[in-house]
Amino acid sequence: MASLAPTFGRGAMTNTWQDIKNADLVIVMGGNAAEAHPCGFKWVIEAKIENAAKLVVVDPRFTRTASVADYYAPIRPGTDIAFLSGVIRYLLEKDKILHEYVRAYTNAGLIIKEGYAFEDGLFSGYDSEKGQYDKSSWDYELDDQGFAKVDDTWQHPRCVMNLLKTHVARYTPEMVSRICGTPQDKFLHICEMIAETAAPDKAMTSLFALGWTQHSIGSQNIRTMAMVQLLLGNIGVAGGGMNALRGHSNIQGLTDVGLLSNLMPGYMTLAADHEVTFDDYMKTRLYKPLRPGQTSYWSNYRKFFVSFQKSMFGKAATPENNWAYDWLPKLDIPLYDIIKAFEMMNQGQMNGYICQGFNPQQAFPDRGKIRRGLSKLKFLVTMDPLDTETSRFWENFGPQNPADSAEIQTEVFQLPTTCFAEEEGSLVNSARWLQWHWKAAEPPGKAKPDIWIMSGIFHRMRELYRKEGGAFPDPILNLTWDYTNPVEPNPNELAKDMNGRALVELKDESGAVVKKAGELLDGFGQLRDDGTTESGCWIFSGCWTEQGNQMARRDASDPREAGIAPNWAWAWPANRRILYNRASADPAGNPWNPAKPIIQWNGSKWVGVDVPDYGPTVKPSDSVGPFIMNAEGVGRLFARQMMVEGPFPEHYEPLESPAINVLHPKVQSNPAVRVFPDDRADFGTPAEFPYVATTYRLTEHFHFWTKHARINSILQPQEFIEIGEALAKEKGIAQNGWVRVASKRGFIVCKAYVTKRIKPLMVDGKPTHVIGVPLHWGFTGQAKKGYGANTLTPSVGDANTQTPEFKAFLVNVESVSGPLV
Amino acid sequence: MSDLQSQDYIRRSATTMIPPDARSWEDQVAKLIDVTRCIGCKACQAACMEWNNLRDPVGEFHGTYDNPLDLDPKTWTVMKFTEYENPDGNLEWLIRKDGCMHCEDPGCLKACPAPGAIVQYANGIVDFISENCIGCGYCVKGCPFDIPRISPVDHKSYKCTLCSDRVAVGLEPACVKACPTGAIMFGSKADMTDWAGERIVELKSRGFENAGLYDPPGVQGTHVMYVLHHADKPGLYADLPENPKISSTVEFWKGLIKPVALVGIAAAAVSGFLHWVIAGPNVVQPEDEQEAEEVLEANGFPEARGRSQRTEHPT
Repeated sequence: MASLAPTFGRGAMTNTWQDIKNADLVIVMGGNAAEAHPCGFKWVIEAKIENAAKLVVVDPRFTRTASVADYYAPIRPGTDIAFLSGVIRYLLEKDKILHEYVRAYTNAGLIIKEGYAFEDGLFSGYDSEKGQYDKSSWDYELDDQGFAKVDDTWQHPRCVMNLLKTHVARYTPEMVSRICGTPQDKFLHICEMIAETAAPDKAMTSLFALGWTQHSIGSQNIRTMAMVQLLLGNIGVAGGGMNALRGHSNIQGLTDVGLLSNLMPGYMTLAADHEVTFDDYMKTRLYKPLRPGQTSYWSNYRKFFVSFQKSMFGKAATPENNWAYDWLPKLDIPLYDIIKAFEMMNQGQMNGYICQGFNPQQAFPDRGKIRRGLSKLKFLVTMDPLDTETSRFWENFGPQNPADSAEIQTEVFQLPTTCFAEEEGSLVNSARWLQWHWKAAEPPGKAKPDIWIMSGIFHRMRELYRKEGGAFPDPILNLTWDYTNPVEPNPNELAKDMNGRALVELKDESGAVVKKAGELLDGFGQLRDDGTTESGCWIFSGCWTEQGNQMARRDASDPREAGIAPNWAWAWPANRRILYNRASADPAGNPWNPAKPIIQWNGSKWVGVDVPDYGPTVKPSDSVGPFIMNAEGVGRLFARQMMVEGPFPEHYEPLESPAINVLHPKVQSNPAVRVFPDDRADFGTPAEFPYVATTYRLTEHFHFWTKHARINSILQPQEFIEIGEALAKEKGIAQNGWVRVASKRGFIVCKAYVTKRIKPLMVDGKPTHVIGVPLHWGFTGQAKKGYGANTLTPSVGDANTQTPEFKAFLVNVESVSGPLV
Repeated sequence: MSDLQSQDYIRRSATTMIPPDARSWEDQVAKLIDVTRCIGCKACQAACMEWNNLRDPVGEFHGTYDNPLDLDPKTWTVMKFTEYENPDGNLEWLIRKDGCMHCEDPGCLKACPAPGAIVQYANGIVDFISENCIGCGYCVKGCPFDIPRISPVDHKSYKCTLCSDRVAVGLEPACVKACPTGAIMFGSKADMTDWAGERIVELKSRGFENAGLYDPPGVQGTHVMYVLHHADKPGLYADLPENPKISSTVEFWKGLIKPVALVGIAAAAVSGFLHWVIAGPNVVQPEDEQEAEEVLEANGFPEARGRSQRTEHPT
């Protein structure tokens, strides 16, 4: 979530599913909630029926969500920043912003350094050789005490508000239409609908998912809407928010516990190579407040870090060895993402791969490159409840997987694991709820829990290190493993590790005992940086306390029908359901919308339906900002140095695009994107591949799993593409006829669905056709065999996160007589 | 399907005597399908397959999201997707869950010649009792919605039961339980009609002037009803009939003509009785037996002779 954290402070859905019912306007853009989140979508229907909400859909296709929308507008894939920058321009020009909110709760008035500039598509500090920015000018001008300078009258030419106005001035309705292909009248109608929610008692919720993340400018897509929401005063309020709808049941949990190559649990960041000592590491993570008296919660970083190290290494982490700082891995590059991993395999730099609950042969871009990479490995371990394309990559399945088995020497270990219903544990949902679940059935055959497998690998590796020494045995030999059953630690014990406990008797300032030694902590407020507490994931602290397993709570009561059930499961942080809820009240502490208050100031403390995301007794007159994870306390319209390609979002074309970037032809696509030379050579041109393709999911299937299930396979049995009537006619493609769709990287042969739901868009005066490629079919399972959409997609990711650009690329299409055999 | 509710029959095919309807006080039930809040996710189809343990083979793509393409003996409900360009030039994607409408005046039941193969319960549900079904296909002809399908395997007719087995024990139909957006509701027909009224008011406020309830009078109303945005044009929704009526042939034979036919049957019975009184019962004569055996033998049934010997009796 490299867009929400730089804007608000935390990388997570701001509100809850239930809260969607409070919205006055629901905008679905960069996602297809009805299709991909049908169960959660009930709350949109609830908003429409019970709250007279309007639903707006902006999407290249007329989707299942659009089928129940009040208003729909088409957009060319990969141009959302242009659309939303146009919305920002409209809001500023028509003065449809919630002034008091923007002044007090955003960095609109903060003054930016003199060196900051934006010219011809580039921000100041660009190094064209490295393809990277020196971001030093993208920051606030500080006063003598180190605080950011502010001009609340917005007169200063370099205050964020004025820089923003200048930045978006180019995105006129004409320009938006020229870039996006959205008719001007439809764009303006949506602007009007959005602008209505600038009223203090109106809220818009933004529901989005992979339709925004899977672009080379994915993080900035999301940031642009986050800025719109800040200007409208729609963050922190009931029925508002930036609601990132997660695609896997536990994908929020994945980032929460830091399962990315550059993260540690609780959004702490891994050290870089140049941060040689613990002091070096802490220096850039102090997060000193940038405004007087501001709460900057990350200033507690050291407490979270030391408690994490104690949970990892126990007694071996001491003040003398800097809490075992040296035992953590250090990064030599910003990220070892999956695109990078497969590049390394193809270069012979990575020769073993453990693939746990992941199916890259089907899920990652440029399938041919994935297969070539796996073919060069010495060994591949797959851990999955299902037979995956990855574990069978070496087998020839005909044209859908034309592997030459005799040439592949990779040794494959296919380890069957339990699925979620065959084990207990917790899952984190989109709304940050940790929900405990119980085992419902015994696993079939020889399937084993992932915990059993990982423990087995750990014990054998530790034994080898014990016997043979090795270059750096310390972290492995000193890892604590204090479980009742060391062969298969119980999920309850692991959850308690995450929560954390007191290692000695803890006393408060008055000397009263807060926790006895060994007791579970009540929350992260009790963590200390002197080695007397431990917690495996500080944001989860509070999930399993001395009062028991909070994640297992199942009280659905919602006392004020506000969409908040505080005793159902447990939400991080501190069981808060609506993040930044201080912003639901005006600076004086009164709710913006008296009909739907979340918290308000009662004269002595903050009270309401949710846990305050704020000091519970911090007075409104203290002017502490509501975004307490940000050092300046306010939401960021200007992202400082948090994004690699710029502090403001800018429209850049996808790496494969049919159009010239009309804003700045010399800077066509994201200037900070990382592209490996062999991948760049595999990009197609519009001359050869004239049509825009985009990939997506269908309700009938869950990714690549449910093609193994008979019922789902009956409901959507076979691979197909969607193509508009105009293009089908032009290319002689019949309804339900066979087609060959090719990109520079490969081709698929499948059925065509000729539909009215995709129409050509007029982009810069030229008709542009879009082809839709649903992605569920592979060569394992019960559905008909398919090639997989990733045969076509380019190997390039978002410049911040390296999330692959699945949503906009180029293809050609032609009618063929039948399937290949 | 099941015969769990024989106490509740109010109609029974090809039967003049209706069993005692011990629970005829039951509320009339209805399923309300609000197509304006349906997202076409097919959870209802999956739930139907699971509850009724129905599994078609994995089919093919047919140039539409309709899968399976149509109702069949193992698919009792199917989502029908229609791309409709309205007069304003805007696209609408109309999605209708197709399946048995459970007519108040069920054409299938009227047409059915097999006693007790089709029944209607006091709550209004029309159910097929497979063990009585003779697979003649008259129900297909009798249905104004083209719903029943004859299985090529057991030659019996199948369709949605409105989960009569679940409803009998106080549960909602499986599709209702599975629907994530509340587009399928279940309750008393009166409540569903009231709720539909509220929905229609809301839809009109959003500009759907012709929003309305589909509860066609031609079959005296149905126990599956639709809320439609365009109730004036039901045909837009994958050919939902504008004014469904039981086919005139069925009405003719089973309606007007039926008394005449009954008179004919009665006349035959009376004349048979008279014949018995006057001429005595018909007795199979030895020459008749002989003739029958010769016919059977000529058609390859050599054991026929022995059988007739075994059944020989002194009359």
